[in-house]
Amino acid sequence: MRIAIASGKGGTGKTTVATNLAQVAATDGRAAAYLDCDVEEPNGHLFLKPAIQRQQSIDKLLPMVDLDRCTFCGRCSQVCRYGAIACVGKQVLIFAELCHSCGGCVLACPADALREVPKPIGELRLGMAGPIRFIEGRLNVGEAMSLPAIRAVKAASAQADLTILDCPPGTSCPVIESIRGSDLVLLVTEPTPFGLNDLKLAVEMLRALKLSLAVVLNRCDIGDDQVRQYCTSQRIAILAEIADDRAVAEAYSRGQLACVAVPSFAGRIRSLLNRLPNGAAR
Amino acid sequence: MKELVVISGKGGTGKTSVVAALASLAGRCVLVDCDVDAADLHLIFEPKVIRREDFTGGGKARIKPGHCTACGKCEELCRFDAIYFDGPGNGRVSRTFRVEATACEGCGVCADYCAENAIEFAPAICGQWFVSETRCGPMVHAKLGIAAENSGKLVTQVRRTAQQVALNQGLKLILCDGSPGIGCPVIASLTGASLALFVVEPTVSGLHDFCRVAQLAARLDVPGLLAVNKADLNEDIAEELEATAVKHAIVLAGRIPYDREVTRAQIARKTVVEASDGPAARGIRQVWSVVEEQLRVCAASQASGLVQVVNPRDKQVLALKP
Repeated sequence: MRIAIASGKGGTGKTTVATNLAQVAATDGRAAAYLDCDVEEPNGHLFLKPAIQRQQSIDKLLPMVDLDRCTFCGRCSQVCRYGAIACVGKQVLIFAELCHSCGGCVLACPADALREVPKPIGELRLGMAGPIRFIEGRLNVGEAMSLPAIRAVKAASAQADLTILDCPPGTSCPVIESIRGSDLVLLVTEPTPFGLNDLKLAVEMLRALKLSLAVVLNRCDIGDDQVRQYCTSQRIAILAEIADDRAVAEAYSRGQLACVAVPSFAGRIRSLLNRLPNGAAR
Repeated sequence: MKELVVISGKGGTGKTSVVAALASLAGRCVLVDCDVDAADLHLIFEPKVIRREDFTGGGKARIKPGHCTACGKCEELCRFDAIYFDGPGNGRVSRTFRVEATACEGCGVCADYCAENAIEFAPAICGQWFVSETRCGPMVHAKLGIAAENSGKLVTQVRRTAQQVALNQGLKLILCDGSPGIGCPVIASLTGASLALFVVEPTVSGLHDFCRVAQLAARLDVPGLLAVNKADLNEDIAEELEATAVKHAIVLAGRIPYDREVTRAQIARKTVVEASDGPAARGIRQVWSVVEEQLRVCAASQASGLVQVVNPRDKQVLALKP
């Protein structure tokens, strides 16, 4: 079972739900894996405190030109849709941050003067957080493209009874890449106008991708009733409502798992876990 | 003209609430929502749209099922796993290939190498952007299409339009609401901005993410200010945040206490300073006075070719940036 934890709006509690779900599942004897797909700002490690066993570079392929072979015909820059390679006089300029590593320029070069070389854009870290298998991708600061790093995290994931994917916020490409292939996407939201607006965007996205979804309403007592009404009207299951709790927020601020620091919170997460295989609306 | 970008690294730290409140303190300015894939600023300002434009991103490939011979070349060449063998049959073959639009990154390689010319490749409309009028001034915002990509390019479009609007209307300040993270949309929001205001929560993840986004801003040569939001949640980390900021020549703009009025104001479609004079509203007023001072400093030193970064607590010059 692969469960993606996503949200639309940031800071609604994705990492809290994801890390605590993994912890409670592992405590109950299930083989759990936690994948941090929020490669721009990976935070799961702050709470799960894994022992990292292996680190490896995440690379992106970039074209490199062999100037002895290059005839400066400019074919490479004509085919590149990203403007990532330019042929100017007797020079070929490569703009790494624009390149999507599609390989088009290499295929198009009539002089066989281009080859692809890996360039590190981040780091993959694998380890164990107690019994939980931990995998994290970490994009280098200054790198614009997170998709190759997200793909690396997903490719490294081993079989587990329960795989939790902690996703980045938003509704565009990094989220789509993270949730693709999940059995269920849990959208963590808040009962506020911002929470509702971003929930609607996330639901539209998931419906376009034809993925199963359900909602976790976090800090369920801080706002109004609009999110509940929306979920009812859209036949979306709310699998858990978690009340605002200063003790949970303080545990979070210190990097402590709330299910360890606040016993009642563990109960909430366990009942969410028990509701997981069923109750999902499409 | 000065462009202030509010940014955070971690999501949900209060960027939009702070931007909205600053707008009601700043007088007439141009508001920009750079968080194009989960835009919320319009919920507070209920903008009246006066101009609406389609945003065309990169191309997308589409296989014409009638022309496909199912040779599989496209699938072999696609680096993005965007080609699926589940398209409709066409009399010659029982199944054809299909491009999954949400996975296609628009490289066009499949179209270039299809022997049957069965693949169309055309720019796709992947969102809309708007120029609107609000009670605090003009607002430039956007809506990315469902499951669309290219948010960095849309951010750049929105910022450029805002600069034009500011020029046309003679407005001196552009106030941008940024997006979380450090990737493409954030780089597009920060590049060339006058000042970044980091809105950060005193939590281990707030600190971790602040360090990364502050590093990014430094690389892009954008001077920064720090406002600690919900500052009373963890005093120790609030102090650690401020110490980290000072080390990186980031100006301390103040602390905003946790206040339930912030959510109440949001529900009432008001900015925090419009809705209350509680602890958060007072905190944000204090932040604005420091931001305003920094905007003046950076205007003055821009005239001399240098940006002075000053610590407001002791008025010591932390750095001079060309």
